Amino acid sequence: MRSPLSEKIVAIPPSGIRKFFDLVSEMKDAISLGVGEPDFDTPWHIREEGIYSLEKGRTFYTGNAGLRELRVEIHNYLKRKIDLSYDPDNEILVTVGGSEAIDIALRAMLDPGDEVLVPQPSFVSYVPCTVLAGGTAVPIALEEKDQFRLTPEKLRQNITPKTKILVMPFPNNPTGAIMTRSELEPIAEIIKEHDLFVLSDEIYSELTYGSEAHVSIASLPGMKERTVLINGFSKAFAMTGWRLGYACAPAVILKQMLKIHQFAIMCAPTTSQYAAIDAMKNSDGDVAYMRESYDQRRRFLLHAFEEMGLECFEPLGAFYAFPSIKRFGMTSDEFANRLLNEEKVAVVPGTAFGDSGEGFLRVSYAYSLKSLKEALGRIERFVGHLDGK
Amino acid sequence: MREKILAVMEKNSRIDIKDLAVLLGESEVAVANEIAQMEKEHIICGYHTLINWDNTSEEKVVALIEVKVTPQRGMGFDKIAERIYQYSEVNSVYLMSGAYDFTVIIEGKTMRQVAQFVSERLSPMDSVLSTATHFVLKKYKDHGTILCDEDQDERMLITP
Repeated sequence: MRSPLSEKIVAIPPSGIRKFFDLVSEMKDAISLGVGEPDFDTPWHIREEGIYSLEKGRTFYTGNAGLRELRVEIHNYLKRKIDLSYDPDNEILVTVGGSEAIDIALRAMLDPGDEVLVPQPSFVSYVPCTVLAGGTAVPIALEEKDQFRLTPEKLRQNITPKTKILVMPFPNNPTGAIMTRSELEPIAEIIKEHDLFVLSDEIYSELTYGSEAHVSIASLPGMKERTVLINGFSKAFAMTGWRLGYACAPAVILKQMLKIHQFAIMCAPTTSQYAAIDAMKNSDGDVAYMRESYDQRRRFLLHAFEEMGLECFEPLGAFYAFPSIKRFGMTSDEFANRLLNEEKVAVVPGTAFGDSGEGFLRVSYAYSLKSLKEALGRIERFVGHLDGK
Repeated sequence: MREKILAVMEKNSRIDIKDLAVLLGESEVAVANEIAQMEKEHIICGYHTLINWDNTSEEKVVALIEVKVTPQRGMGFDKIAERIYQYSEVNSVYLMSGAYDFTVIIEGKTMRQVAQFVSERLSPMDSVLSTATHFVLKKYKDHGTILCDEDQDERMLITP
């Protein structure tokens, strides 16, 4: 029998997270700081809207682009939050999570040979989705000395005549890095100079802890027409299981994305869309509450790392810290494995997010203070042993 | 800083001051001083424990009593309230808008004890016009805490 498989698919390595997940699953009493989703339940008023839509029998497909009412609310929300105005009828598409938006944006824009710049460490799907879309992924290794921000020099070094898209994954999973307006400005100039496009994944836009609110690169002069902005409901509104995100882009790009979405997905889940209307309209208080809780735990985590001598730059976004373990002379994988086996604490090796994550761990603080304390106590004991205390 | 201290302590009054200071990014001394000051100003009025008595073998009866009164000369609502809240079995007294004047929440060992309080103490007061007693059958949520909730993390252990 000949191989039933596509060579292209077989050549894609499985997610580094998956490997570690299998290890952790076998360990029954492990406690985890390895989760990439909020610990809060979806606010009840949002859930209630979902339930109500089911009671009303709203169980049919919606239009391909999503409910118009939801697209109008997304427009209002983005206008309010990042001062950008997208046309609900031609520039907004409701997707199955931010993940689908990443996939179809790359598929709509890439031809074979086109290069996509992917700053790493970053979310696991940019590279495989680029490959699936026929493009070539070119990782840009971000560094701790730059606080894991993309610098103009790093960007310039990696641009070739084939470069078409730059992925901008900020606020960043796994490092917690953000980029401010003044840091985005020189990046935007290079983008325009080289006639590139940007895929800006802003799923953590509500979770920043500096003095400045999140700035979208799309809001800089001349950038809206070059940017596919991706966001969603999972992180800001604690709605991961609802599988709902959205993409905003110039009509010419969005039209092609809509075509793929229409054939592959049809439409995002109807129940989730009704709930999301309420999320957009009535959740500023919930979001502020969750952000404050994350911020408090962020300080707690950083303080604990400092106390135990685990070096960590200050993350200002998302809900992750990215401590360095370089001084222990172990790889991220070795450290994470030993921590799991010896203290039964699960964290994710930095290498799961790209080679430049070597020497780091992703530690999530989307946990209750009680769980954080317990886990940090164990990490402290582990680090103490390594230090010969 | 006050609002943030209160927001955390309202949910967890037993939190370590050291931890609280770290969470808020303040010094331990500053937080301790602020708490002491708020105690002095009666912003923080006590540190109580939220008990679900239904899960103990202790018998407890809680009743909510609607009380209508006529304020008398030289004796506004505050004076009448004082005569009610001085009883140790009274847990809470609120002045209400609407169809009646006071909500009185009272705790007793038995229904008879509560009934006795109403008929022998509360109703005979000169200012009290009428009372309506409602016994609590089950508490689902109290002080912002769901009492029957199982606190379980249903998330997968590792996700991207």
